[in-house]
Amino acid sequence: MIVEQTPILIVVIPLMCALICPLIGWLKRDLCYPWTVLSLLASAVCSFVVLGSVIQNGPVHYHLGSWMPPWGIEYVIDHLNGMMLVLISGSSLLVAIYSKESIEQELPDKFVYFYTIFILQVTGFLGIVITGDVFNLYVFLEIASLAGYALIAIGEDGAPLASFRYLVLGTIGACFYLLGVGYIYMVTGSLNMADLSGILPKLYGSRVVLVAFAFFMVGIALKMALFPLHVWLPDAYTKAPSVASSLLAPLMTKIAIYVMIRIMFTVFRPYLSFGLLPMSQIMLFAGIVAIFAGAIMALAQTDFKRMLCYIIVAEVGYMVGGIGLANAVAIKGAILHILNDVIMTLGLFCVAGIISYKMKSHNLADFKGIFRKMPLTMAAFLTVALSIIGVPPTCGFFSKWLLIQGSVVAGNWIFIVALLFSSLINIILFFRIIEIGYYNIDESGGGHGQAATTVIEEAPVSMLVPTITVAVIILLVGIYNQSILINIVQFAVPKL
Amino acid sequence: MLELMIAKYNYWIYIILMMIGFYAMIAKNNLIKKVIGMNIFQTAIILFYISIAFKKDGATLPILTAADVHAAHDAINTAQYINPLPHVLMLTAIVVMVATLGVALAIAIMIYRKYHTLEEDEILKVLK
Repeated sequence: MIVEQTPILIVVIPLMCALICPLIGWLKRDLCYPWTVLSLLASAVCSFVVLGSVIQNGPVHYHLGSWMPPWGIEYVIDHLNGMMLVLISGSSLLVAIYSKESIEQELPDKFVYFYTIFILQVTGFLGIVITGDVFNLYVFLEIASLAGYALIAIGEDGAPLASFRYLVLGTIGACFYLLGVGYIYMVTGSLNMADLSGILPKLYGSRVVLVAFAFFMVGIALKMALFPLHVWLPDAYTKAPSVASSLLAPLMTKIAIYVMIRIMFTVFRPYLSFGLLPMSQIMLFAGIVAIFAGAIMALAQTDFKRMLCYIIVAEVGYMVGGIGLANAVAIKGAILHILNDVIMTLGLFCVAGIISYKMKSHNLADFKGIFRKMPLTMAAFLTVALSIIGVPPTCGFFSKWLLIQGSVVAGNWIFIVALLFSSLINIILFFRIIEIGYYNIDESGGGHGQAATTVIEEAPVSMLVPTITVAVIILLVGIYNQSILINIVQFAVPKL
Repeated sequence: MLELMIAKYNYWIYIILMMIGFYAMIAKNNLIKKVIGMNIFQTAIILFYISIAFKKDGATLPILTAADVHAAHDAINTAQYINPLPHVLMLTAIVVMVATLGVALAIAIMIYRKYHTLEEDEILKVLK
């Protein structure tokens, strides 16, 4: 009985828990934290169960209220969004465990409401991924975005303005998506993704369908911060509270890429994007420009979190370009890179959160002697950094390798140059931090002679454990990448 | 062309409204004006959806009286009724839009309390 209902429980448990959270906080403030962890744990368990059933028995369909599609809303979980569900619920569980000390320090008087919005945010993410209905996707997209605006706005100085700008641009993105849904509904009279993919191919000549496709793509590109539309991202994620940026930064952009894959390959057929329209060239161009621009702008930053934000901009370029290569190997690489990038960005922002918890700053100039002070945190940081650079056996290597293979298959050499260029820039970025943190000892500490006596001041255990877990997961995903590819990713690649 | 414009005037109004809202969101300096632009933009989308539902030749609201049911027995002529689904979708979208408006105004209040102005360039001057 319960097993049949697991798909809906993934979304309903956090939704209900978010509504109950303020009541619990009203009874006893400190109970909110275990409540959040518990609800996300339940949701994570459900998503693991669903992914297991997808791997064994193929896609799961769940009809809300037993209304049959295309009339009712349908939840469809296949290999792609099964993977995404596990990723989202797993990483948000880690962030929830990690969050307590940081929130106590940064926002002690907003403890209860922070957790309420935190759970709502995760609900929105899970809903976007699980649904098989284009309008339902819009509603969840707005739930996730609105919670995100609120989470960002309570950050440090300048955060409200950053959040406001994100709100304006995010609303444009969501409204474009809604317009796309409207145009599609106009010609098909359906909102169900599977139903649409059956009806639409006959209408590919129609200008209305093309307009809808264009609206979808621009709207989603705004949400995923694809290069010229990335302007909201660096400010928003730099100034957000550290817990909020470790939740939002890894997930929001990657979920938008998931939505793009869904729209391009499930709602529309690959034949439209790559056969009738020059989407391949457009996406490759946008991806390559994003990689170069993101990498170069990351180099110019003096703030750690801001630098990470530009790395995200470059990583979005990897995935968009990889899908634009339009062959199975590259798309496999892009989907694997979604998985890897969520984990890697999560690790980086967790480290950034620990550093700003300890040093009260995320400026690179304040990182002197940090390796001696926090050896475990920085060990985790090194693992993540090596993965972003793409050193085997960390997971970042394998997706990059697939992307490079894919561009060889497609004969696109510029994309390979862009990938390698970005890797080189990443080496410079992270070795600069190692140079500051490892070799520059704080002068007030007495110079090199007394460096050995620097007291070890590690982060609290509740922050350290999730961060190290992420580092371990990076290694595990790297080592077991073949089984992930065989069991999950290869089924997620559309038939081209 | 002119006939087309007159026959589909609601769509033209939707495009014009949307462009006004879009311009205000991008170009205005005052944050409240941006919020107003955002609202105009979203209202244009409501108009668009409601226009989709329209059918020619005097289709009306899908409310069935007892007489209709008796007259039609089991087959109901859908051409007589406008499509109710876009209206329902817009009810949801209106809720979303109100929520967005609420969050936007809350953030604007937060900004005003902190910087005592709502002009974007003045806030940026304080921030730098």
